[in-house]
Amino acid sequence: MRIADMIMAVVLAALSLAIMWKSGEAPWGAERFSNVGISETGAPAGGFWPFWLAAAMFICCIWVLINAVMKTSPVAKMTEPYMDRHGMIVLLTVGFPVFLLVLLTEFISMYFAMAIFMFYYMLVLGRHGLLLSLAMTLVVPFWMFLFFDITMTKTLPKGLRSVEDSIFVPLGNWFRQADGFVVPLAFLLGGVILVGASWLSARRSKTSE
Amino acid sequence: MMEILGLLADGIWIAIQPVNLGICVLGVVIGLFVGAMPGLGSVNGVAILLPTVFFIKQQTGSDAAPMIFLAAIYYGAMYGGAISSIMLGIPGASTAVATTFDGRPLALKGRAEQALVTAAVASFIGGTVANIFFTGFAPPLAEVALRFGNPEIFALMLLAFATFVGLGGDDIPKTIISIILGLICAAIGFDVIEGEPRLQFFDHIGFSRPIHFLVLAIGVYGVGEMLWTLNTTRGGSDMSKAEISLTRIKAAAGNTFREGWKGTSIGSSLGFFVGILPAAGATPGSLMAYGVSKMTSKKPEEFGKGAIDGVAAPEAANNSASTGAMLPMMTLGIPGSPTTAVLLTGLVLLELEPGPRLFVDQPDFVWPVIGSFYISNVIAVLVNLAFIPVFLWMLRMPFTILAPIIFVLSVAGVYAATDRMFDVWLMFFFGLGAFLLRILQYPLAPAALAIVLGAITEEKLRQSLQWSDGSLGIFFNPWFDRDGTGQAYWIAPIIAWIAAILLLLPLINKVRSMVRGRPKPQHWQG
Repeated sequence: MRIADMIMAVVLAALSLAIMWKSGEAPWGAERFSNVGISETGAPAGGFWPFWLAAAMFICCIWVLINAVMKTSPVAKMTEPYMDRHGMIVLLTVGFPVFLLVLLTEFISMYFAMAIFMFYYMLVLGRHGLLLSLAMTLVVPFWMFLFFDITMTKTLPKGLRSVEDSIFVPLGNWFRQADGFVVPLAFLLGGVILVGASWLSARRSKTSE
Repeated sequence: MMEILGLLADGIWIAIQPVNLGICVLGVVIGLFVGAMPGLGSVNGVAILLPTVFFIKQQTGSDAAPMIFLAAIYYGAMYGGAISSIMLGIPGASTAVATTFDGRPLALKGRAEQALVTAAVASFIGGTVANIFFTGFAPPLAEVALRFGNPEIFALMLLAFATFVGLGGDDIPKTIISIILGLICAAIGFDVIEGEPRLQFFDHIGFSRPIHFLVLAIGVYGVGEMLWTLNTTRGGSDMSKAEISLTRIKAAAGNTFREGWKGTSIGSSLGFFVGILPAAGATPGSLMAYGVSKMTSKKPEEFGKGAIDGVAAPEAANNSASTGAMLPMMTLGIPGSPTTAVLLTGLVLLELEPGPRLFVDQPDFVWPVIGSFYISNVIAVLVNLAFIPVFLWMLRMPFTILAPIIFVLSVAGVYAATDRMFDVWLMFFFGLGAFLLRILQYPLAPAALAIVLGAITEEKLRQSLQWSDGSLGIFFNPWFDRDGTGQAYWIAPIIAWIAAILLLLPLINKVRSMVRGRPKPQHWQG
């Protein structure tokens, strides 16, 4: 834990130096760091606030580093590892798929990315049955679509143009042109599918026991 | 006073109109659920559902209704946290950690229904007492705050940050780093005074405006919190059995009044005042109330073994503190807790200006919201007691179903609020960063509050210094001649000096402990 504390302090110190360097970029081609002091009016210039904040952060990073070296902070005294096997597994099996969820959103739309993520999480990590996993995979993104795109008219990303034009535009148009009761009915249908799937899954697991 | 009561009565009347009442009930039920589920708390519950404010406003045409909904979730979550603390021994939210100390032993003794009813009754009393305090304090505080100029507002911001350093109880340099990270996120894009570009990293268009509070909040409390929960809850847990019937509820409520009145009173009053402090909020409020109840109890040895006072004190305190945290948010525009920071963002999304002018310009908004606090409290206790079996059934829902839903809601929630994929990426990296920093005990609540207050803090600092020709005397010296009249201004110096003392408090404590050989103050930041 102590070594990780030191590494994090060094990384944050480097970040604060980068922020100080970037804050010093004066507009209109003026000399670097000419904007981090007090201007002629007596007021701080544009770069003053971020520059001095980052400077204070740099000092605090050194403070954390000294605490870690001298073993004077509670974290520095801890003997357990920063990240054990379980932590690494959480990062790889959950953190990385969340990364893929965001990445896939750029290409195949947020709804399809959500569906893949739900399926993976339910079936692989949750070890739920195929039926319940498929029901969640279908219903959760569908509810999201009905809630965000149709009800709130807040369109979520649809990925590549071809995906949007071939699937989401016709689907959206259909729901928008449908009668008022169709959307609540579709929400309800999703609920029925979920309840049905969880009931069947529970029954199956009981009979297998 | 009569005027305030009249306004409150009008507010309550509007809050009980069918639409608002329905929204209130829905909010409370969602709140009870998010509070009860481990890994979900009031912050991420409110943050993820923040985009619904547009929808509720669109449907109801009222500014108050969305805020009633969010505040009801906050209330419900304070009640809900106790359910999993008692039944599973896992706090549903950090605010219910102290409830586990005595609630769980009571459940293990076969008296789960006593613990659940005590938690509900104490929460109701705590919430009601805090609402009365809030109604009494808010209007005069808003009236005083109306006279605040730039130096006073900056001094207040300084005080908000200083409370984290002086009273937060976390590692001091790590707290300051957290505050600065939040302030820098708010400074990205453009200089607020001169409008010139700054901190536009890699000249990427995504950095051309300040990072939205929700991006950080959902990253930290959505993705980061879920990763943290998955990392820390490694084994399964056994749920206690509870038999709920009207007769048992009546008997348990009677026991609460007889044996838990002291804890309830301490929690209700202490919680409110701890809740007002930006560094504190409901978690330390409930821990402190538990500690004080134990200290003043005639039977301190029963604490930790299933004392009714030990359940009543933290539960009364966390509800009371959540209302307390609303006081600076509504009157000064300074959130008292991360959840109220999200509520503050809700006000901004509704195009309302948080702060003292809200009471003058938007009484039609303020009083129905305050009225809804009273209504939410009543609804929460009724729903809580009536639906305990339903919540117990929901707690059996595997975390592997809830977790992916939270992840996809986090991703969708950020995009719905900001309309930028760049922000979704940032949210993911903030979540990952929060997880990695949290293991090293970096507190993250200061960053969440700092990103909300960043722009106004810088603006008021620079405008004040422009006024004083760069002299810091404008903040610290009451006789500093601000306007050429020679008049003394006391408010800013008093606040600024308190802030300075709070900043120096850890140093003073350290020197005292070195001189007297006393142990360091205990860590009580949630």
